[in-house]
Amino acid sequence: MSTAGATPLESVVPSALSLDPLVVGVILAMTIVTVIAKVGGIWFIRKIEVSERLEAGLTVLPGAVVIAVLGPELAAGGPAEWGAAGVVLVVMWKTESILLALCAGVLGVVAFRAVL
Amino acid sequence: MSANDNDPGDSLSSVSSDHAVDGEPTDPVKTPSDDDVTFRWDGIRAGILTGTPIAIGVGGYGIAFGVLANQAGLSVAEAALMSATVLAGASQIIAVELWADPIPIAAIVATTFAVNLRYSLMGAALQPWFRHLSPTQIYGSLLVMADENWALTMRELKSGSGRGAFLLGSGIVLWLFWVGSTVLGVFAGESVGEPERYGFDFVLAAVFVALAAELWEGKSSLVPWLVALATSIIAANVLPGRWYILIGGLAAAALEVIRHDR
Repeated sequence: MSTAGATPLESVVPSALSLDPLVVGVILAMTIVTVIAKVGGIWFIRKIEVSERLEAGLTVLPGAVVIAVLGPELAAGGPAEWGAAGVVLVVMWKTESILLALCAGVLGVVAFRAVL
Repeated sequence: MSANDNDPGDSLSSVSSDHAVDGEPTDPVKTPSDDDVTFRWDGIRAGILTGTPIAIGVGGYGIAFGVLANQAGLSVAEAALMSATVLAGASQIIAVELWADPIPIAAIVATTFAVNLRYSLMGAALQPWFRHLSPTQIYGSLLVMADENWALTMRELKSGSGRGAFLLGSGIVLWLFWVGSTVLGVFAGESVGEPERYGFDFVLAAVFVALAAELWEGKSSLVPWLVALATSIIAANVLPGRWYILIGGLAAAALEVIRHDR
Protein backbone atom coordinates (compact mmCIF):
# COMPACT_ATOMS: atom_id res chain seq x y z
CA MET A 1 0.00 0.00 0.00
CA SER A 2 2.55 2.50 1.12
CA THR A 3 4.97 2.93 -1.78
CA ALA A 4 7.47 4.99 0.21
CA GLY A 5 8.86 2.29 2.46
CA ALA A 6 10.73 4.79 4.59
CA THR A 7 7.65 6.61 5.91
CA PRO A 8 7.46 6.16 9.64
CA LEU A 9 3.76 6.99 9.71
CA GLU A 10 2.63 3.41 10.36
CA SER A 11 -0.47 4.68 12.05
CA VAL A 12 -1.74 6.32 8.86
CA VAL A 13 -1.94 3.34 6.55
CA PRO A 14 -3.92 0.86 8.69
CA SER A 15 -6.36 3.60 9.69
CA ALA A 16 -6.66 5.16 6.24
CA LEU A 17 -10.35 4.35 6.02
CA SER A 18 -11.21 4.93 9.67
CA LEU A 19 -14.01 7.39 10.41
CA ASP A 20 -14.08 8.71 13.95
CA PRO A 21 -17.74 9.53 14.79
CA LEU A 22 -16.76 12.82 16.45
CA VAL A 23 -14.64 13.89 13.45
CA VAL A 24 -17.49 12.99 11.09
CA GLY A 25 -19.84 15.04 13.26
CA VAL A 26 -17.55 18.10 13.08
CA ILE A 27 -17.25 17.68 9.30
CA LEU A 28 -21.04 17.49 8.97
CA ALA A 29 -21.44 20.65 11.06
CA MET A 30 -18.88 22.39 8.81
CA THR A 31 -20.84 21.16 5.78
CA ILE A 32 -24.14 22.51 7.12
CA VAL A 33 -22.84 26.03 7.84
CA THR A 34 -21.06 26.09 4.45
CA VAL A 35 -24.23 25.09 2.59
CA ILE A 36 -26.16 27.79 4.49
CA ALA A 37 -23.51 30.32 3.45
CA LYS A 38 -23.57 29.18 -0.19
CA VAL A 39 -27.34 29.20 -0.71
CA GLY A 40 -28.29 31.88 1.85
CA GLY A 41 -27.54 34.98 -0.23
CA ILE A 42 -29.56 34.05 -3.30
CA TRP A 43 -32.35 32.60 -1.12
CA PHE A 44 -32.67 35.97 0.61
CA ILE A 45 -32.56 37.95 -2.63
CA ARG A 46 -35.28 35.75 -4.11
CA LYS A 47 -37.54 36.32 -1.09
CA ILE A 48 -37.58 40.09 -1.30
CA GLU A 49 -38.73 42.49 -3.97
CA VAL A 50 -35.62 43.68 -5.83
CA SER A 51 -36.00 47.39 -6.52
CA GLU A 52 -34.08 49.23 -9.22
CA ARG A 53 -31.90 50.74 -6.50
CA LEU A 54 -31.01 47.35 -5.08
CA GLU A 55 -30.37 46.05 -8.57
CA ALA A 56 -27.85 48.86 -9.10
CA GLY A 57 -26.07 47.62 -5.97
CA LEU A 58 -26.17 44.02 -7.16
CA THR A 59 -24.73 45.11 -10.49
CA VAL A 60 -21.48 46.32 -8.95
CA LEU A 61 -21.31 43.35 -6.57
CA PRO A 62 -19.34 40.90 -8.76
CA GLY A 63 -16.53 43.35 -9.45
CA ALA A 64 -16.52 44.61 -5.86
CA VAL A 65 -16.26 41.09 -4.44
CA VAL A 66 -13.41 40.29 -6.82
CA ILE A 67 -11.56 43.42 -5.72
CA ALA A 68 -12.28 42.70 -2.04
CA VAL A 69 -10.81 39.20 -2.41
CA LEU A 70 -7.83 40.46 -4.37
CA GLY A 71 -6.92 43.71 -2.59
CA PRO A 72 -5.86 42.37 0.80
CA GLU A 73 -4.28 39.29 -0.77
CA LEU A 74 -2.05 41.36 -3.04
CA ALA A 75 -1.42 43.90 -0.28
CA ALA A 76 -0.15 41.06 1.91
CA GLY A 77 2.11 39.84 -0.89
CA GLY A 78 5.29 41.44 -2.16
CA PRO A 79 6.87 42.63 -5.41
CA ALA A 80 6.85 39.07 -6.81
CA GLU A 81 3.07 38.78 -6.42
CA TRP A 82 2.47 42.31 -7.71
CA GLY A 83 4.66 41.67 -10.75
CA ALA A 84 2.90 38.37 -11.47
CA ALA A 85 -0.50 40.09 -11.14
CA GLY A 86 0.71 42.59 -13.74
CA VAL A 87 1.73 39.72 -16.01
CA VAL A 88 -1.78 38.22 -15.70
CA LEU A 89 -3.34 41.59 -16.58
CA VAL A 90 -1.14 42.13 -19.63
CA VAL A 91 -1.64 38.59 -20.98
CA MET A 92 -5.38 38.91 -20.34
CA TRP A 93 -5.59 42.16 -22.28
CA LYS A 94 -3.46 40.84 -25.15
CA THR A 95 -4.98 37.37 -25.53
CA GLU A 96 -8.31 37.33 -23.59
CA SER A 97 -7.41 33.73 -22.70
CA ILE A 98 -7.82 32.94 -19.02
CA LEU A 99 -5.70 29.78 -19.33
CA LEU A 100 -2.75 31.59 -20.91
CA ALA A 101 -3.05 34.37 -18.34
CA LEU A 102 -3.06 31.87 -15.46
CA CYS A 103 -0.05 29.94 -16.75
CA ALA A 104 1.87 33.15 -17.32
CA GLY A 105 0.96 34.34 -13.81
CA VAL A 106 2.04 31.13 -12.08
CA LEU A 107 5.29 30.96 -14.07
CA GLY A 108 5.76 34.66 -13.40
CA VAL A 109 5.36 34.35 -9.64
CA VAL A 110 7.85 31.46 -9.49
CA ALA A 111 10.35 33.42 -11.60
CA PHE A 112 9.89 36.69 -9.67
CA ARG A 113 10.25 34.88 -6.34
CA ALA A 114 13.52 33.37 -7.53
CA VAL A 115 14.85 36.75 -8.71
CA LEU A 116 13.44 39.29 -6.25
CA MET B 1 -17.20 46.04 -32.59
CA SER B 2 -20.88 46.59 -32.06
CA ALA B 3 -21.88 43.92 -34.54
CA ASN B 4 -20.67 40.99 -32.48
CA ASP B 5 -22.53 41.54 -29.22
CA ASN B 6 -23.77 37.96 -29.29
CA ASP B 7 -20.35 36.41 -29.64
CA PRO B 8 -19.76 34.70 -26.28
CA GLY B 9 -16.00 35.06 -26.59
CA ASP B 10 -16.13 38.79 -27.08
CA SER B 11 -17.00 40.06 -23.62
CA LEU B 12 -14.47 42.86 -23.61
CA SER B 13 -15.75 44.73 -26.65
CA SER B 14 -19.39 44.38 -25.62
CA VAL B 15 -18.56 45.66 -22.15
CA SER B 16 -16.61 48.61 -23.49
CA SER B 17 -19.48 49.61 -25.75
CA ASP B 18 -21.83 49.63 -22.73
CA HIS B 19 -20.42 52.50 -20.77
CA ALA B 20 -20.11 54.81 -23.76
CA VAL B 21 -23.86 55.50 -23.56
CA ASP B 22 -24.16 57.71 -20.53
CA GLY B 23 -26.91 59.82 -19.03
CA GLU B 24 -29.34 56.96 -19.66
CA PRO B 25 -31.55 56.35 -16.61
CA THR B 26 -32.20 52.69 -17.48
CA ASP B 27 -30.40 49.77 -15.95
CA PRO B 28 -26.83 49.68 -17.28
CA VAL B 29 -26.71 45.89 -17.22
CA LYS B 30 -28.15 44.01 -20.15
CA THR B 31 -30.95 42.22 -18.30
CA PRO B 32 -31.33 38.72 -19.72
CA SER B 33 -34.79 37.67 -20.85
CA ASP B 34 -36.19 34.24 -20.00
CA ASP B 35 -35.06 32.79 -23.30
CA ASP B 36 -31.51 33.94 -22.77
CA VAL B 37 -30.65 31.70 -19.81
CA THR B 38 -30.84 27.95 -20.28
CA PHE B 39 -29.96 24.93 -18.17
CA ARG B 40 -28.76 22.33 -20.60
CA TRP B 41 -26.06 19.78 -21.26
CA ASP B 42 -24.07 22.21 -23.43
CA GLY B 43 -23.68 24.46 -20.38
CA ILE B 44 -22.49 21.58 -18.22
CA ARG B 45 -20.05 20.55 -20.94
CA ALA B 46 -18.72 24.09 -21.40
CA GLY B 47 -18.27 24.29 -17.62
CA ILE B 48 -16.33 21.04 -17.54
CA LEU B 49 -14.09 22.04 -20.48
CA THR B 50 -13.36 25.55 -19.22
CA GLY B 51 -13.12 24.42 -15.62
CA THR B 52 -10.62 21.62 -16.11
CA PRO B 53 -7.43 23.73 -16.39
CA ILE B 54 -8.54 25.74 -13.34
CA ALA B 55 -9.38 22.54 -11.47
CA ILE B 56 -5.87 21.22 -12.14
CA GLY B 57 -4.48 24.37 -10.53
CA VAL B 58 -6.87 23.96 -7.60
CA GLY B 59 -5.41 20.45 -7.22
CA GLY B 60 -2.28 22.20 -5.95
CA TYR B 61 -4.28 23.53 -3.01
CA GLY B 62 -5.93 20.13 -2.57
CA ILE B 63 -2.55 18.48 -2.12
CA ALA B 64 -1.60 21.18 0.40
CA PHE B 65 -4.85 20.60 2.28
CA GLY B 66 -4.29 16.83 2.29
CA VAL B 67 -0.81 17.26 3.71
CA LEU B 68 -2.13 19.54 6.49
CA ALA B 69 -5.05 17.19 7.23
CA ASN B 70 -2.60 14.32 7.54
CA GLN B 71 -0.48 16.30 9.99
CA ALA B 72 -3.62 17.15 11.99
CA GLY B 73 -4.26 13.43 12.37
CA LEU B 74 -7.18 13.00 9.97
CA SER B 75 -7.45 9.72 8.07
CA VAL B 76 -7.69 9.56 4.28
CA ALA B 77 -11.41 8.86 4.58
CA GLU B 78 -11.99 11.79 6.94
CA ALA B 79 -10.02 14.27 4.81
CA ALA B 80 -11.76 13.07 1.64
CA LEU B 81 -15.15 13.33 3.34
CA MET B 82 -14.42 16.91 4.36
CA SER B 83 -13.34 17.86 0.82
CA ALA B 84 -16.35 16.09 -0.71
CA THR B 85 -18.97 17.72 1.52
CA VAL B 86 -17.54 21.10 2.58
CA LEU B 87 -15.82 21.95 -0.76
CA ALA B 88 -14.40 25.29 0.41
CA GLY B 89 -10.62 25.29 0.39
CA ALA B 90 -9.68 28.21 2.61
CA SER B 91 -12.10 27.20 5.39
CA GLN B 92 -10.88 23.60 5.28
CA ILE B 93 -7.24 24.61 5.53
CA ILE B 94 -8.03 26.93 8.45
CA ALA B 95 -10.09 24.17 10.13
CA VAL B 96 -7.29 21.60 10.07
CA GLU B 97 -4.89 24.25 11.34
CA LEU B 98 -7.24 24.79 14.30
CA TRP B 99 -7.53 21.01 14.79
CA ALA B 100 -6.34 19.83 18.22
CA ASP B 101 -7.08 17.23 20.88
CA PRO B 102 -9.80 17.67 22.11
CA ILE B 103 -11.29 19.11 18.91
CA PRO B 104 -12.31 22.78 19.39
CA ILE B 105 -15.69 22.14 17.75
CA ALA B 106 -17.30 25.55 18.29
CA ALA B 107 -14.24 27.47 17.06
CA ILE B 108 -13.91 25.30 13.95
CA VAL B 109 -17.60 25.52 12.98
CA ALA B 110 -17.87 29.26 13.69
CA THR B 111 -14.68 30.02 11.74
CA THR B 112 -15.88 27.89 8.84
CA PHE B 113 -19.12 29.88 8.71
CA ALA B 114 -17.32 33.23 8.91
CA VAL B 115 -14.81 32.30 6.21
CA ASN B 116 -17.56 31.00 3.90
CA LEU B 117 -20.12 33.77 4.40
CA ARG B 118 -18.66 35.48 1.33
CA TYR B 119 -20.38 32.77 -0.75
CA SER B 120 -23.73 34.38 0.13
CA LEU B 121 -22.57 37.49 -1.66
CA MET B 122 -21.18 35.53 -4.59
CA GLY B 123 -24.43 33.58 -4.92
CA ALA B 124 -26.49 36.77 -4.77
CA ALA B 125 -24.39 38.21 -7.60
CA LEU B 126 -25.61 35.36 -9.82
CA GLN B 127 -29.28 36.30 -9.34
CA PRO B 128 -29.72 38.38 -12.54
CA TRP B 129 -29.16 35.16 -14.51
CA PHE B 130 -30.24 32.51 -12.02
CA ARG B 131 -33.71 34.00 -11.50
CA HIS B 132 -34.65 32.31 -14.78
CA LEU B 133 -33.80 28.86 -13.39
CA SER B 134 -35.80 26.55 -11.13
CA PRO B 135 -35.02 26.32 -7.39
CA THR B 136 -33.62 22.81 -7.86
CA GLN B 137 -31.26 24.04 -10.58
CA ILE B 138 -30.21 27.06 -8.54
CA TYR B 139 -29.60 25.39 -5.20
CA GLY B 140 -28.15 22.24 -6.77
CA SER B 141 -25.60 24.34 -8.67
CA LEU B 142 -24.74 26.40 -5.58
CA LEU B 143 -23.73 23.26 -3.68
CA VAL B 144 -20.69 22.89 -5.96
CA MET B 145 -19.87 26.62 -6.00
CA ALA B 146 -16.33 27.58 -4.99
CA ASP B 147 -14.31 30.76 -5.59
CA GLU B 148 -12.74 29.58 -8.82
CA ASN B 149 -15.81 28.27 -10.62
CA TRP B 150 -17.91 31.21 -9.41
CA ALA B 151 -15.34 33.46 -11.06
CA LEU B 152 -15.45 31.44 -14.28
CA THR B 153 -19.25 31.44 -14.22
CA MET B 154 -19.48 35.22 -13.79
CA ARG B 155 -17.20 35.56 -16.80
CA GLU B 156 -19.31 33.12 -18.83
CA LEU B 157 -22.67 34.71 -17.94
CA LYS B 158 -21.40 38.28 -18.39
CA SER B 159 -20.40 37.33 -21.92
CA GLY B 160 -24.07 36.72 -22.66
CA SER B 161 -23.85 33.02 -23.45
CA GLY B 162 -26.81 32.27 -21.18
CA ARG B 163 -25.43 28.90 -20.12
CA GLY B 164 -27.06 28.58 -16.70
CA ALA B 165 -25.64 25.11 -16.13
CA PHE B 166 -22.06 26.36 -16.41
CA LEU B 167 -21.67 26.65 -12.61
CA LEU B 168 -22.76 23.04 -12.18
CA GLY B 169 -20.40 21.73 -14.88
CA SER B 170 -17.38 23.66 -13.68
CA GLY B 171 -18.29 22.74 -10.09
CA ILE B 172 -18.40 19.02 -10.85
CA VAL B 173 -14.92 18.97 -12.38
CA LEU B 174 -13.61 21.14 -9.54
CA TRP B 175 -15.14 18.73 -7.00
CA LEU B 176 -13.49 15.73 -8.67
CA PHE B 177 -10.04 17.33 -8.65
CA TRP B 178 -10.47 18.70 -5.13
CA VAL B 179 -11.38 15.31 -3.63
CA GLY B 180 -8.76 13.46 -5.70
CA SER B 181 -5.94 15.84 -4.84
CA THR B 182 -6.93 15.73 -1.13
CA VAL B 183 -6.43 11.95 -1.13
CA LEU B 184 -3.09 12.36 -2.95
CA GLY B 185 -2.03 15.00 -0.42
CA VAL B 186 -2.79 12.83 2.60
CA PHE B 187 -0.73 9.98 1.16
CA ALA B 188 2.07 12.31 0.11
CA GLY B 189 2.21 13.49 3.70
CA GLU B 190 5.33 15.32 4.55
CA SER B 191 7.21 14.28 1.41
CA VAL B 192 5.64 17.15 -0.55
CA GLY B 193 7.15 20.55 0.06
CA GLU B 194 5.31 23.84 0.33
CA PRO B 195 2.93 24.66 -2.57
CA GLU B 196 4.65 28.07 -2.82
CA ARG B 197 7.58 26.44 -4.59
CA TYR B 198 5.45 25.72 -7.66
CA GLY B 199 3.42 28.90 -7.55
CA PHE B 200 0.20 26.97 -6.79
CA ASP B 201 -0.62 29.41 -4.00
CA PHE B 202 -0.89 32.12 -6.66
CA VAL B 203 -3.57 30.37 -8.77
CA LEU B 204 -6.52 31.85 -6.89
CA ALA B 205 -5.10 35.39 -7.04
CA ALA B 206 -4.36 34.95 -10.76
CA VAL B 207 -7.92 33.81 -11.45
CA PHE B 208 -9.26 36.91 -9.73
CA VAL B 209 -6.86 39.30 -11.50
CA ALA B 210 -7.99 37.84 -14.84
CA LEU B 211 -11.59 38.20 -13.77
CA ALA B 212 -11.11 41.79 -12.66
CA ALA B 213 -9.72 42.57 -16.12
CA GLU B 214 -12.95 41.26 -17.64
CA LEU B 215 -15.38 42.79 -15.13
CA TRP B 216 -13.91 46.27 -15.57
CA GLU B 217 -16.63 48.40 -17.15
CA GLY B 218 -14.70 51.62 -17.44
CA LYS B 219 -15.44 54.82 -15.55
CA SER B 220 -18.54 53.44 -13.81
CA SER B 221 -16.45 50.73 -12.10
CA LEU B 222 -13.89 53.11 -10.66
CA VAL B 223 -15.72 54.40 -7.55
CA PRO B 224 -17.22 51.09 -6.37
CA TRP B 225 -13.90 49.32 -6.94
CA LEU B 226 -11.93 51.92 -5.00
CA VAL B 227 -14.45 51.67 -2.15
CA ALA B 228 -14.20 47.87 -2.17
CA LEU B 229 -10.40 48.05 -2.26
CA ALA B 230 -10.07 50.54 0.59
CA THR B 231 -12.65 48.97 2.92
CA SER B 232 -11.40 45.42 2.34
CA ILE B 233 -7.77 46.33 3.03
CA ILE B 234 -8.71 48.23 6.20
CA ALA B 235 -11.03 45.41 7.34
CA ALA B 236 -8.37 42.77 6.64
CA ASN B 237 -6.01 44.60 8.98
CA VAL B 238 -8.58 45.08 11.75
CA LEU B 239 -10.74 41.95 11.71
CA PRO B 240 -9.88 38.24 11.88
CA GLY B 241 -10.85 35.66 9.27
CA ARG B 242 -12.24 36.64 5.91
CA TRP B 243 -14.83 39.20 6.97
CA TYR B 244 -13.07 41.73 4.76
CA ILE B 245 -14.52 40.16 1.59
CA LEU B 246 -18.07 40.65 2.83
CA ILE B 247 -17.35 44.13 4.09
CA GLY B 248 -15.62 45.27 0.90
CA GLY B 249 -18.36 43.90 -1.34
CA LEU B 250 -21.20 45.24 0.79
CA ALA B 251 -19.64 48.70 1.15
CA ALA B 252 -19.40 49.10 -2.64
CA ALA B 253 -22.94 47.77 -3.19
CA ALA B 254 -24.35 50.01 -0.42
CA LEU B 255 -22.69 53.08 -1.93
CA GLU B 256 -24.16 52.21 -5.32
CA VAL B 257 -27.65 51.86 -3.78
CA ILE B 258 -27.29 55.25 -2.06
CA ARG B 259 -26.05 57.17 -5.08
CA HIS B 260 -28.38 55.39 -7.52
CA ASP B 261 -30.68 58.37 -8.17
CA ARG B 262 -28.17 61.14 -8.13
